[in-house]
Amino acid sequence: MITEEIIRNTSQNPNICYQCGKCSAGCPIRNYMDDSPNKIIRYIQLGLYEKALNSDTIWLCAGCLTCSTRCPKEFDLAKFMDALREIALKEGIKVKEKNLLKFHKAFLNQIKKHGRAYELGLVREYKLATGDMMSDVDVAPAMFMKGKIGILPHNIKDRKGMKDIFEKTEVKIK
Amino acid sequence: MKIGYYPGCSLTGTAKEYDKSVRKTAEVLGIELIEIDDWNCCGATSAHITSHRLALSLSARNLLLASKQGLKEILAPCAACYSRLSLSAEELIKKPDAKKEIEELLGEEILEIPKIINLVQLYQRVGAEKMIEKKGTGNAKLKTACYYGCLLVRPSGLNSFDDSEEPQSMEKIVTICGAEPIDWNYKTECCGAAHSIARKDIVVDLSHKILTDAKTRKADIVITACPMCHTNLDMRQKDIKKKFDKHEKIPVLYLSEFVGLSMGLTKEELGIDLHFVPFESKTV
Amino acid sequence: MKVGVFICHCGENIGRTVDCPKVAEAAGKLPGVVHSVDYKYMCSDPGQNLIKQAIKEKELDAVVVGSCSPHMHEKTFRKAVEGAGINPFLCEIANIREHCSWVHENKDEGTDKSIDLIRYAVEKVKRNEPLTTIRVPITKRAMVIGGGISGIQASLDIANAGYEVVLVEKEPSIGGHMSQLSETFPTLDCSQCILTPRMVEVYQHPKIKLMSFSEVEKVEGFIGNFKVTVRKKARFVDDEKCTGCGDCIQNCPIKKKALSEFDENLTTRTAIYVPFPQAVPNIPVIDSEICTYFKNGKCSMCVKVCGRGAIDFEQKDKLIEEEVGAIIVATGFKLYSIEKKPEDSPIKGYGEYGYGKYKDVIDGLQFERIASASGPTEGEFLRPSDNTVPKKIVFIQCVGSRDEAKGFSYCSKICCMYTAKHAMLYKHKVHDGEAYVFYMDIRAGGKMYEEFVRRAIEEDDVKYIRGRVSKIYEENGKYMVKGEDTIAGVPVTIDADMVVLATAMIPQPESKKLAQTIGIPYDSYGFFNEVHPKLRPVESSTGGVFLAGACQSPRDIPESVSMASAAASKALVLFGSDFLEREPIVAKVNENICAGCFYCKKVCPYNAIEIKEIPSKNGKPVRVVAYVNEGLCQGCGTCNATCPSKSVELTGYTDAQIFAEISAI
Repeated sequence: MITEEIIRNTSQNPNICYQCGKCSAGCPIRNYMDDSPNKIIRYIQLGLYEKALNSDTIWLCAGCLTCSTRCPKEFDLAKFMDALREIALKEGIKVKEKNLLKFHKAFLNQIKKHGRAYELGLVREYKLATGDMMSDVDVAPAMFMKGKIGILPHNIKDRKGMKDIFEKTEVKIK
Repeated sequence: MKIGYYPGCSLTGTAKEYDKSVRKTAEVLGIELIEIDDWNCCGATSAHITSHRLALSLSARNLLLASKQGLKEILAPCAACYSRLSLSAEELIKKPDAKKEIEELLGEEILEIPKIINLVQLYQRVGAEKMIEKKGTGNAKLKTACYYGCLLVRPSGLNSFDDSEEPQSMEKIVTICGAEPIDWNYKTECCGAAHSIARKDIVVDLSHKILTDAKTRKADIVITACPMCHTNLDMRQKDIKKKFDKHEKIPVLYLSEFVGLSMGLTKEELGIDLHFVPFESKTV
Repeated sequence: MKVGVFICHCGENIGRTVDCPKVAEAAGKLPGVVHSVDYKYMCSDPGQNLIKQAIKEKELDAVVVGSCSPHMHEKTFRKAVEGAGINPFLCEIANIREHCSWVHENKDEGTDKSIDLIRYAVEKVKRNEPLTTIRVPITKRAMVIGGGISGIQASLDIANAGYEVVLVEKEPSIGGHMSQLSETFPTLDCSQCILTPRMVEVYQHPKIKLMSFSEVEKVEGFIGNFKVTVRKKARFVDDEKCTGCGDCIQNCPIKKKALSEFDENLTTRTAIYVPFPQAVPNIPVIDSEICTYFKNGKCSMCVKVCGRGAIDFEQKDKLIEEEVGAIIVATGFKLYSIEKKPEDSPIKGYGEYGYGKYKDVIDGLQFERIASASGPTEGEFLRPSDNTVPKKIVFIQCVGSRDEAKGFSYCSKICCMYTAKHAMLYKHKVHDGEAYVFYMDIRAGGKMYEEFVRRAIEEDDVKYIRGRVSKIYEENGKYMVKGEDTIAGVPVTIDADMVVLATAMIPQPESKKLAQTIGIPYDSYGFFNEVHPKLRPVESSTGGVFLAGACQSPRDIPESVSMASAAASKALVLFGSDFLEREPIVAKVNENICAGCFYCKKVCPYNAIEIKEIPSKNGKPVRVVAYVNEGLCQGCGTCNATCPSKSVELTGYTDAQIFAEISAI
């Protein structure tokens, strides 16, 4: 059950939003979202937490901070979206934008393993997870040729420490 | 002048020319870059959108390593790394409780939190003379669209160095380099950033809008200081062309490459040959 | 001495965090207290009767009331006490509301603190002396600062009642913002048509002394007896000789160097100018910043053409002293500008709206000038950049208002109405034009206001979109306005030809300085504060200084005019008596021990200390001592604190009284 308590932990007061919609008006991803960003805050204000957390909006948010920069009430919506995603994962809510989540998971797995991004590992894991084998097959060889995708991972020395950080802070997805 | 250096993951792979040109120009400018030993990924978008503590810890480890090396200032050329590291530094400074918790997790105290700066700030500091050491180079009179993207000038908090709506600092630098910055609308609009792979359609639409505005305003090139923006604007032009037939190619250069050209460095020295959209300078 | 103590619950205000019966009980045991009770509302009639009755029945000599701040009800209780035959200055207030219940949460602690506060007051009142009020004569003459519609109304009201008025206006002409407006809501009557007759009336009124192009420099004195120094700025035109023929303006060769303030920078004006043809007084001013004579002495065309010899390049600012009994402050407002401002400014500007770089993104007052028959386009709707008729206009409300990040959290109140009016005026003239309004809430509280807005929507087909605009940018000669319709939940982008921003009403930039000069309080924005928001809305907390119009908070014309008449009537109430009664809380010098060092004279902020010679028996002066002019002394106590020989004391607050209070802690 998502409670007011959990929402309160986002350390921002959703009541300060007066629903002017400036966040949505400036959002570069707005056209691809089901719900406008201001509606997400509205759901929270009304206690309709599930609606907010089930919306694809929170996953499509690119974290560009346009909304946070322009908000007349200085509400940091980008940060609020971070918090909502984290809650959604913890609560085991099904993510509509599956591929986005799979990408983030694949990306973080490389960091967990190597300490730094490993392009080839990321691509392999992402493609296996999504079954999307065909996208970007045209640019990949060029990337190799230009030396932009390395064959081997960039391992850091303290990989144990890295794994440790992940184990202590990673959000375990239900 | 010595300064700490955090290249970040992109600069070791997809944006290796950015790394190359930053190092090259720094060398010419007499700046010694001291790379943080054993630095790790800042977590980029993927970390902060799934776990705040993870994102904070990943950045904090880098800040810890830097402070142990005695580095007071870190150059982070990638706008995303710059944003993540400075937001984390800000949080650690403002919230002693969070700092304590993270330090316990890392097993060490961060004695001095270094200041994070981006490439624009570094160039601003060294001044004009050195940037145009050798004249008559590649970018004289080029009409230039300076693209800040989202993370370089937002949010306007602790680390703000320029206006978040009408930034001008890159324009000043390219003017010094002999180019003509254009006034345009999309300099702080988002390119879709981390959606590049999972939602390519979004990135193609957004990048198309950005490049079209630059083109309409007669820009010869677009300049950026972010590897994610560069990938989306440069590599994705093929996809843009596929979807938008009328799209005309426009070269996208890193700020460091652009500055390097005006210093008399060659395209190869700066890695410009690694771009997808080739850059043909007017006077070379 | 028999003291009575009366504890007020103030409804729940005190009762919630103070156990009032317990406080009354404890007070009853204090030495000297013979009677102590509590009551729900001590300031009410039955409450006051409780005090009066007790005074008679228990033969009380002094009274302590534990209640709200003395600012609130000291007068009430002193009057009650006086009614029962005790000298009113033998009544003391212990503030157990603002100083206790309102600022504490714990009831036990609140109760204990209240008992303490009562104990101090009891100790003080036991040492109070009966005092009599001071009578001061009143100068029955008023000064009005600001010559907009509020100042004009206030001046006319006072003058028509038969008293003299000095009207001080900092601009070359009176009329204020109202003279710039086209039509006024909700009746759409022409602003100038209703205003200019009043301006002329002011000018011709035998009781009104108009000081235009003048500013208040210094204010001394107090209610009924102010001395105001006014700086009459040099116009470089002799107002006695000038007939206002306008030949000088016609012939001035400097035509384009300055933007017209009256036309909100949409046109230019000459170096010698009147702000607008109907200006009052119709006497030009020379702008010495751009006038060629002041630059290099080479031009004197105006001197040549002036048949009256009225041009005087040598004219200097003049300082003029005026004695008045009341001051009405009516300095009005300014508009927020979206331009980029310095870091420390509370006005951040709007980068997302271009920081003012787009010529056809204008503010409400500029739109008024365009819509006005006397404006640069003679009332035809033409946009500034290319003088074409805009076919699509977007109006954006709440720019700088209700926006803590970029400006101010308050609502500017008038924008909803004037935006509806703007859209309506536009639609009435450009029939095929489209008008869009981005709003957050429509605030149309006022007689016929809501009906007016509905008319714009229903009959004139103005499209209202609920949402704030995120960005304006230029594309293919259009202004792209990016917003969101929060009702439909859809993004909206409008390709407009012109954008009008309803920018916030803000106080005049010099308002804080003026408030300090006069000595009246202001809020964090710089609006002047009234003494009580409900019951004394036009009085400042400084006696004899009244407020009118938008200098107090955003106001529209009807409200400003009502406030002005209210402020005028407050001044007239003052002028209704010949003397003013003042509290006798003034400094008194013990001439026997005064050493005549006059430190007190140096520190007195009211110039109330004079030098007195004490003559010997043969009439020759033997020594000098300090003497307090009771008329000027405000009882601030600075002299008392400064005096090295302790020979000055403040009546009602003697050292003995204060020490008794402190000892009771």
